[in-house]
Parts: sequence; structure tokens; C-alpha cells
Amino acid sequence: MKDTNAPPLLDLVGVHKSYSGAEGPVPVLRGVDLQLRAGETLALTGESGSGKSTLLHIAGALDLADSGQVRIAGHDITAMSDTQRAEVRRRDVAVVFQQFNLIPSLTVADNIAFQARLSGHVDAELVARLADRLGLAEQMRKYPEALSGGQQQRVAIARALAARPRLLLADEPTGNLDEDTAAEVLDQLVALVSDSGAALLVVTHSPAIAARMDQRLHLRQGHLE
Amino acid sequence: MNARVMIFLLIWPVAAWAQGFAGLGSTADGFAVPAPDPGFDFPADHGPHPDYRIEWWYLTANLSSSDGTPFGLQWTLFRSALAPGEAEDWQSPQVWFAHAAVTTPDAHFATERFARGGVGLAGVTVAPFRAWIDEWAMQGPDFDTLSLTAQGPDFGYDMRMQAQGPLVFHGADGFSVKSSAGQASYYYSQPFYAISGTLMLPDGPVEVSGSAWLDREWSSQPLSDDQSGWDWFSLSFDSGDKLMGFQLRQRGGGSFSAATWIAPDGSTTAFADGAFRAVPLASSRVAGRDVPTRWQVTLPDRGVDATVAALNPQAWMGLSIPYWEGPVTIEGSHTGVGYLEMTGYE
Amino acid sequence: MKRACLAALMSHWRRNPLQLFAFLAGLALATGLWSGVQAINAEARASYDAAAQTLGEGQFDQIVPRSGDRIAQADYVALRRAGWMVSPVIEGRVDGVRVLGFDPLSSPAGFGVNNAADDIDLGAFLGPDQLFAAPETLPRLSLDIALTEAPGVAPGIAAGDVGVVQRVLDRRDLSRLLVLADQPLTRPPLDRIAPHLRLLPASQSADLGELTDSFHLNLTAFGLLSFAVGLFIVYSTIGLAFEQRRGVVRTLRALGVPLPRLIGIMVAEVLLLALVGAVLGVFLGYVLAALLLPDVAITLRGLYGAEVSGTLRFRPEWWGSGMAIAVLGAVSAAGARLWQIARMPLLASARPRAWAMTTGQAQRIQAAVAAMLLLAAGLFALLGSGLAAGFALLGCFLIGAALALPVLVRPVLTLAEGASRTPVSTWFWADTRQQLPGLSLALMALLLAISANVGVATMVSSFRLTFVAFLDQRLAPELYVQTADAAEAQGLETTMQAQGIPVLPLLRADARIADLPARLLGVRVGPTYRDNWVFLDASAGAWDRVADGAGAILNEQLARRAGLWVDDAIDVAPGVTLPVVAVVGDYGNPLGQVFVSEPLFRDLHPDASPRQFGLRTDDPAALRAVLETELGLAPSAITNQTALKAFSLQVFERTFTVTAALNVLTLAVAGFAMLMSLLTLADLRVPQLAPVWALGLTRRDIGQLELMRAGVFAALVCIVALPVGLALAWVLLAIINVEAFGWRLPMFLFPADYARLGLYAVLAALLAAAWPAWRLMRTPPSALLKVFANER
Repeated sequence: MKDTNAPPLLDLVGVHKSYSGAEGPVPVLRGVDLQLRAGETLALTGESGSGKSTLLHIAGALDLADSGQVRIAGHDITAMSDTQRAEVRRRDVAVVFQQFNLIPSLTVADNIAFQARLSGHVDAELVARLADRLGLAEQMRKYPEALSGGQQQRVAIARALAARPRLLLADEPTGNLDEDTAAEVLDQLVALVSDSGAALLVVTHSPAIAARMDQRLHLRQGHLE
Repeated sequence: MNARVMIFLLIWPVAAWAQGFAGLGSTADGFAVPAPDPGFDFPADHGPHPDYRIEWWYLTANLSSSDGTPFGLQWTLFRSALAPGEAEDWQSPQVWFAHAAVTTPDAHFATERFARGGVGLAGVTVAPFRAWIDEWAMQGPDFDTLSLTAQGPDFGYDMRMQAQGPLVFHGADGFSVKSSAGQASYYYSQPFYAISGTLMLPDGPVEVSGSAWLDREWSSQPLSDDQSGWDWFSLSFDSGDKLMGFQLRQRGGGSFSAATWIAPDGSTTAFADGAFRAVPLASSRVAGRDVPTRWQVTLPDRGVDATVAALNPQAWMGLSIPYWEGPVTIEGSHTGVGYLEMTGYE
Repeated sequence: MKRACLAALMSHWRRNPLQLFAFLAGLALATGLWSGVQAINAEARASYDAAAQTLGEGQFDQIVPRSGDRIAQADYVALRRAGWMVSPVIEGRVDGVRVLGFDPLSSPAGFGVNNAADDIDLGAFLGPDQLFAAPETLPRLSLDIALTEAPGVAPGIAAGDVGVVQRVLDRRDLSRLLVLADQPLTRPPLDRIAPHLRLLPASQSADLGELTDSFHLNLTAFGLLSFAVGLFIVYSTIGLAFEQRRGVVRTLRALGVPLPRLIGIMVAEVLLLALVGAVLGVFLGYVLAALLLPDVAITLRGLYGAEVSGTLRFRPEWWGSGMAIAVLGAVSAAGARLWQIARMPLLASARPRAWAMTTGQAQRIQAAVAAMLLLAAGLFALLGSGLAAGFALLGCFLIGAALALPVLVRPVLTLAEGASRTPVSTWFWADTRQQLPGLSLALMALLLAISANVGVATMVSSFRLTFVAFLDQRLAPELYVQTADAAEAQGLETTMQAQGIPVLPLLRADARIADLPARLLGVRVGPTYRDNWVFLDASAGAWDRVADGAGAILNEQLARRAGLWVDDAIDVAPGVTLPVVAVVGDYGNPLGQVFVSEPLFRDLHPDASPRQFGLRTDDPAALRAVLETELGLAPSAITNQTALKAFSLQVFERTFTVTAALNVLTLAVAGFAMLMSLLTLADLRVPQLAPVWALGLTRRDIGQLELMRAGVFAALVCIVALPVGLALAWVLLAIINVEAFGWRLPMFLFPADYARLGLYAVLAALLAAAWPAWRLMRTPPSALLKVFANER
């Protein structure tokens, strides 16, 4: 499945990012280079506040780097308008967050299909299959507030995959779950990504999760190691 | 503006002081002032004297029905001038008001009227004599032969009167001094009326007869500043003698008194300050205040030492300005009946 | 400890100044509108009371002439001397001011001038010639007589001693006699003393109060409506504040603060804030009333001839009621929340529940209450009678409709969601539906405001249409002439007849007809009447029968009050019974009127001579010249009907300026309610919107959708408000107006007005939503990402 010759789906070169703190800008990323190709999985670890999430947000076209180059599926994000970046978000990337992934006013079924429909290629069969595989078939008509945390994360994963993203980003996707559930959800995520051929970047502080990925990078003092 | 209270303030300054109108009515303000040695001119002087501030035709009667039940009757026409003199129509400065009352041993009826002078609502003419306000009237061919009517919402009367004696003049030939400072009024009476007629009471008409006493008085400055009220007695003894006595109570104690002893033939003896004395013996709770309704009356010169008691202690005139007026009975050195008027009891 | 607790609780407001502002502003606006309206009402009522008392109208039996408006003074004296306890009143007009003379000695207690003139010295009153009037009336008088300021005298009236007023008016007679309550045992009947006078019992005198009360009820209803709108704001703000402080409350309790003390502190806090809001509101109301009062005064003077003092006094009845209702409103709004806190287990979740999400049960209860209120409104409509029932109907109906709003809107949104094709529109409708509970209070406020607008617009416009038509009908003659006396009247008739100009004398006499005070009018039946009059109902040949003296026409007021209609019989005078041949609409006139032919009128009232005439001409200017030069009539005695019409219309336009101003304010308050709801919801919105943004919508998209959502809500509310408003108008026209005025107004519909109102409402909603939406568009991504962040 891996194609080392293909252009990277995610290509970060010299990415810098600072946040404004009480005593001037606080650098978080200080020249990060990162490439991720289709079929690759990558674990990003680091201390709390090391900038893992920031890196993920930049990689997901949710936030902008202060400098450096960010290319997602070949598009230069930095040069894009807000609207174009939004299009990249719905077409090429899917993100699973630790919490608040779901749209509270939509049913599970609508949540799962939402991004796929946004990007214009909803596949009802895929949705059904994902729901089935994630054990959500019984929950489809429910609203997110009626689900447990594990179920909510499964819905988020289903939604991410239903959109057939080329790049899937997950930010501590199991951070809010207990150990057993976390393992189960992660298994499903890895298996499904593997089937879809997308690239996966997981931000985690769990060595166990990191161990499941092809590559592991550690973020320390704004640099990847 | 309570016009009626204002009018009373003019005529009874005592009440005015109590209400903070000190001095009103005690100065003459262009009005004529009574002078000694009045030369009365009758019948003209039975009529109004518009140059004087105040004047009244004040009749009280002690009556009894055929079964011996005693009654009292009052009919008073007051004149009060806002300015001296008379003028046409509504411009007249003369204001008239009147009180009527009937007292029974266990009830007291009182009512009042008000009228502006100048338009014919009230007034007094002398030949023939007619004193009237609205439909109330005291009238007759002359001052000796009169009929008397008055009515209120719940009572009325219709009486005939015939004088049985002469007019009587108080003080010095009708010049009646009212204080040691010299305030005075013109004052004469006809105390010898025989009266009979019908009282209209809630229980029906009652035929009554008895004697009546008419006071005529006018002045412009009746009281002095330090006088707080008066107690006025008109007493008819069974002996045929009569006694008019009053005392003007002074603020902070003391009083000024005067009296006239009237013999059955109408001859009079005037008594100066101090001869006549009235001392309260008992009070009654009347209209929320204590009013003396039993008096010790003395006139040592004539051997009078009698107890005067109200026929009905509740003879309260609850009108625009309230006061006490009602029939009394006399016991002691002398016996008889009479009338008592008391003002200035708060 | 108390201070520490208070500080902890108060810190909430410091951190949420917007909520504090919403709380205070909502309460202040609500109180302001309420107390402003109350102020206007109280002021106007006080003026009427003074006027009614001054005129002695309605309170006392009166003796009035059987014809004309003069009583000889000799009659007065004769009555008094016969034992009739009566007090004289003379009344006239000088410089447009009612000059009123009375006798302070005999006038009954409660006769207004008597009370009003408490500060006037009797000597001064009876002394040299002078009149007493309120400060604002004095400048209108140009009399060569001493004028004294007496604030207690009703505006538009100059009072004085009967003798003084006789000289001012150059009369020696009187206008009427007040009959005192206490009369002596016996007195001869009135007929025997003065057969040409008659007794007018107290209750049947012309009653100013009934008419003006309607206007005040109208104002009060709008005041209440505005207050309800404001209360919605306060309720939602308090709700939010208390929900957000569950955490603080839990922490404080965990730290050992006893619950009762905590509750006590919070009650004190609410009371304090309510008082501050109420004081602000009363001040606002004062300003509002001060701004509107001149209009109200003009309106009432024009419409009913009632004078309202143009100055505002700080009356306890309105600022007191404003304060009370504000504090009660705030406390009742806080009560429910405090009850919840009191029952909250110590370790309950400190996270604010999605307070906006009302439970299904709460929704069902709301629906049930709405249904009950609407049912009650229906019962009032079917079974009730009287003004009070009319307003009860109005109240039940409006509140019921407001409560029913979410119940009605929800299925529409569900339907729209089901019908939507794109994910964004699906989400839009779903999310709109989810916002419904949080915004429902604001939406109800908007509903009430729009309904009131629709209702009043309908009523005002219906009134106007009807009234214009009525004016065209009634003011047909081109010129109206007022003659000074019978001789001048005769001269006018003769001259005009010689010139072939149709003359229409206006013969009138006060009468008691069908046991009601009424005015008998004699008309010279002719083309003017036949062509112009439009009857509500008539029998065939109505005018012919009137001309023959064989029929009478009633105005609607009298017909409705007396329960008479066409073909019924009516006694127009003792022993004179006529069939009712027609009923005519009569607007803006309180009195019952009966129209008969001129000859019949002259038979019944031989003494009455017409003083006012209508003249038909093609050339009013030329005729006016003839009247002035040949007849020597004063220019002021001749009125051009177009001017009259314009004036009458102007009066009616003014009548409703106040109502219109209140309407705009209500709408503004409703918009404010929406703004506040949206702003307080904004923080809760971020977690709801962040996923949508993350999934590929721009912040601009989301902001626009938020705006559109407000517009959709407003549009939906408008759709509900239209029938509610029309029903409101119907109640006002068909129930309340009949009860208060005695005539029913035909209801017209004004779709263009409603469309414009709807547009305004949507605009108001968009304006209210604009700032929150703009804030949302400007939310930095980092703020949105925080929703998801691990390090929350």
C-alpha cells in the first residue's frame, strides 16, 4: 500500500508557530519538517504543551503556521483563503478530536454522513458498513448526547472515514476513554485506516498507542526528534 | 377652602385661635364698633346691621309635650360680614347661616344652612318682621307675634310664639362688655315668649308648648385674644325670675363673667365681672371630648346657688364648627329650666 | 463569611458584565415602559378627576333647563326658599377656556373647585373680582380681571365666584344647579316651583370617564405587554446566571457555607439588582412619559375635549407600581432557580446543564398551559361581557399564543429539516430547532410585540377609514355658521333663502331617550342627507318617513345601549313614539343621538332655536364674503368644512401617535430581548459550532447561517403573529370598543402594512443577531480549537 515515490499527502517544511504569552511570543514550533504519505501511519508524542496539538491543527488546515510551508494533498495551505482552506478540510482531511467531535443537533447517522455529504461524495453503503463495524448500527437515530464517550468517539471515527479522507488526523482520540475501550477504539481506527489506504497521524502521549504506528516522532522544545 | 369653617372663624374667633388663625375677627378692620349708651331704634334694630361684623337672632325654647316629656329647641340665624356694608346681588359681602336643633331626653337633632346675602336667599326685614334662610323663617306682623319654622333631613318644627313681656337689655342699656379689655357687643333679649307648635321627629309629630328666649346681639370684636371659650346660661326660674349669665374663660385660668337678673316684670339688674359664677361639677364624654354638663351656678347677690344639669348631655351640635347647646334643668336654691351653650371645649 | 460568599457570588457578574447589563437593562426597559405608561395614565386620570369634579359632572344630581342652557337666578332662589338644597353653577367659555362660577358656601363637599381651591382664602374668593386657574391655563386668558394661580384647578378651566363669573360672561343667570345629597324633610316637587326645569340624575350625566378610560385601558394593555416582554428578558438572564453559578454554589457549600445562608445571600443579591433596575426603569419611564405626555394631552383634548395637564408629577401610584412590579418580576424569575439550587444535591455536577434544553416534559406542560389559556380566552369571548372580560380575553389569548409559539414552530422546523437536501441545510434546520428552547422567551416577546403592532395597526387604520367616510357623510355642507342669537339666526335663514342657498339648521336638545341621556336632533331632510348618509341598517324609505315625522334615526351608540334596532319603537319625547327607521354609524361622539325631522323637533322643543347652520354652496369663498359683509357675521363664526374635516382627521391621527410610539418601543424591546438571549447563548454556541467549522465550514459561513437563523425565527414568529394580531384587533374593535365606546368598528385588513411590519420584525431580529454573528465570525480559530483541545 505504501508508495514512497508518491508526493507526500502532508508536507511540512520549516514550520514555526508561536503563541502570544504574557511576556511576548511563546514559540511552540521552531522549524518542524514532516512528511506523511498515503498508507503511512505516524504517532506524534511529546510532553504536555509541547505543541503536538498545534502541529496537528496546522496539519489539518485548522490553524496557520507563522512561517514555513504547509502542503496538504499537494495544496499550499498557507497561500489559501479561508474558504479554500475550509474546502481542504472537508475534502482531503478528517480529524478526530479528543472530545466534542460531534454536532449535537444531528443524529448519529447524520453526523457520520455529514462530512461526506459536505464533500459531495456520500456513500451510503460505506456509512452502513462503518456503522456496523464500529457497533453503531443500533445508535443511528440517536443524538450524540445519548451516547457514551466511547460510542461518541466511534461516531467521530466513522464520520472521519465516511468522508474518505486522504489524510486522517487524530488528536488523543482515546484520551477520554478507559483503557479497554481505548484499545478497542484504537484497534478499529487502525484497521479501518489501513483498509482505506489513507495516511494517519495520531497525536498521543501513550507509548502503547505510539507503538501501533509505523513511525513515531517525538516533539521536544519545538523540534521533532 | 372650607368656606363654612371660615365663616365660623369669623364669628367665633375662639375656635380660630385653636386652629391657628390668631387675631382674626378680634380687630375691627373698618367695621363699626359698639359704643356705650346705645340708642336703639325699633323696629329697625330688629333688622340687620351690615356695618358690624357679626350678628345673630338666637332663639332657644324649653318645651314639654302633653305627657310632660321635656324638649329643647334652637333656631339661630347668623349674619357674618366679610366686609362692612351691603351691596347688590352676589357682590354682597354678607354671609348668612343658621342652625336648628331639637333636643329630647335621649336624642339630639341638629342641622345647618348657609346662604349668600344679596340674592334673596336669606335676610331679615322688620315690618313685617321676617328673618329667613332658605325655607326656614321666623316671621310675623311684629316682633311680638311670630311663627317659626326649620327643618333638616330628619327633623323639623313649626311653632307659634307670643311675647308675654317687654324686651330686656343686657349690660349698660344693651351695651354688653365681654372682656376686661373692653370688647363689647350690643345685646338685648325677648325672654318672655310663650311658644307652642309641632315638632316633626322621626317617630312622628309631637305637640309641644313652653317658653322661648330670643337673643339679639351684634358686634365687630366680640372676644379678646386670651379668651378660649364661653359658657352661656339662660335660666328661667319657677319663681318667674330669669337669669342670663355668661363667663368667658381665659387661657391659663380665670374668667370674665357678666349677668343680668330679670324680674317677672322685665326690670333688669346687671352684674359686673365676678358676681356670677359657674363651676363645673361633672363632665360627660361627648363627641370624643369631655364637656361639663353639670354646673354649680351662683349669684350670691340674689341668693342663687343652684345646680344646672343638662337634660340630655349629648346635645352636641356636630355641625361645621361643633359646640354644645341644649336645655337644662335647675335645682337647688332655685328651680326651673333653661338653656346652656358652651364653646371652646376641645 | 457572609462577605466572602457575597464576593464569590458577585464575582460572577464581574466576569460576565454582559449578563449584568442584560439583567439591569431588561428590568429597566420593562419597568420603564410600564411606569411610563402608568405615569401618563395617572397624570391623565388626575386631570380628568379634577375636571370632572370641577364641572360637577357625574357626581351630583343636577337641575337643568328643559330647553336651552340657562336657568334664571330667580328660579334658583325660589328653589332654595322652597327647601331645595341646590348650589348654583354658571359656565361659559372665554378665550377657549371654560369659565366656571360656583358658590363656595353652598357647593357640596367633593365639588372639585372647592377641594382644588384649598389654598384660596375665602375672603379673596368672595372679595374683589378675580378668577383662579392652573398656571398653564392662565396665559390663555386675556380678561381684564385679576387672575390668580391655583394649581389645583383642572387645566383648561378658570374658576371663580358665581357672581364674578356672571360679570365676566355678562350674564345674570345660571347654567345649572347641583343638587346636594342631604335634603330636608319636606319640599314641594320641582314641577310646582320651576316647571321649566328638570332633574338630571347623577349617574346619567355625560360621563367623560367611560370614554377616556378606554384610551387608558388601551395604554395600560400595552404597558403590561411591554412589561411582559421585559420580564422575559429578566427571566432568561437570571436563569442563565444561576445555571452558570452552580459550580460556585457547589464549591461554597463544600467549603461549609450553609445552604439557607447561601440562598439568603442570593435573594438579597437579586433584590438589590432588581431595585437598581427598577430605579433605572422608573427614571426611564419618567423620561418616556415626559416625551409622550404633550402628545397624549393633545390627543385627549382633541378627541374628547378633555384637558390633560401638560406637566408631569412624580406620583407614587405609578413609580410605586413600577418598582413593585419590577422587584416582584425579578424575584419570581429567580424563585424557580433558587428552588432548584435549594434542592440540588451537594455533589451534583457543577457543569452547567444545557439549560436551554428544556425537557420534553416541560414542553408538554407549556403546551398544556397554552391550550388552557387559549381555551379560557375562548370562554371569555363566548360568555364574558363588559370591558374587564374583554381585557381578560385579550390577556389569556396573548399569553396563550406566546406559550404556544414553540409548540407551533417546532414541527415546522422538523419538517424543514426532513425536506432539506444538503448537509448544511439539514444541519441548519436541526440546529435551529435546537436553539428554539433557548430563544423561545425572546421569540415570545417578539411575538407579543408583532401581534400588538398588527392589532393596533389594524385598529387604527380601520378606525381611520371608517372615520374619513363618516366625515364625508356628516360634514357635507361646505360652510358652517355659528349665530350669536335667535335674531341673527333668523336673519341668516331669510337672507340665504332669498339667495337660494340651502340652509341646514342644526337643531339640538338634550333629552332622556330610552332612559339614557341623549341628544335629540332636528334635521331639514333634503338631498344633503339623502345623498350622503350611509346607514348601518335601514328600512325602506327611511328619509321619507323621517320627513313625514313618522320615523326616527338612531346613532349606533344609542341603538346598542338601548338595545333597539330598525323597526323597534322609541319614545323621542314623553308621549311621542316613533319607529326606528335607520341606524347610522357615529364615530368619535360619546352621546346617543336621535334624528327626527325639523318640524317634529320644533313641536317638541318650541323654545329651542338653532344657532348652528350648515350651508350648501359651490363657491364657499364668495358665500363667506356675503355672510361677513351682508350679515355682519364674525369671520370666526364661519367654518369651512374642509378645515373642519382636516382638523377632525388631525385629531384622530394624533390619538394614535402615542400608541404607535409605544409599538415601536415594544418592538425595540423585543429586539433587545433577542440580542440579549443570543449574546448569553453565544458561549454555549461555540462547542456546538466548532465541529461544523472543523468539518469544513468557514466562520463566515457559520456567521451567515446564524444571521439567517434569526431571520427564519423572526419570519416564523411573524407568521404566527399575524393571526394573533388580527385576533387582537378583532377583540379591540368588536368587543372592547363596543364595551367602551358603544359602537363597533368595521374591521379592514391592510396586507401591505402587515408585510411592512413583518419586514421590520425580521430586520429587528437580524439587527439583534448581527452583533453575535459578527463576533462569531471574528472568533479566532484557536478559540474554536480550544473546544477540542486536550489541555482544556
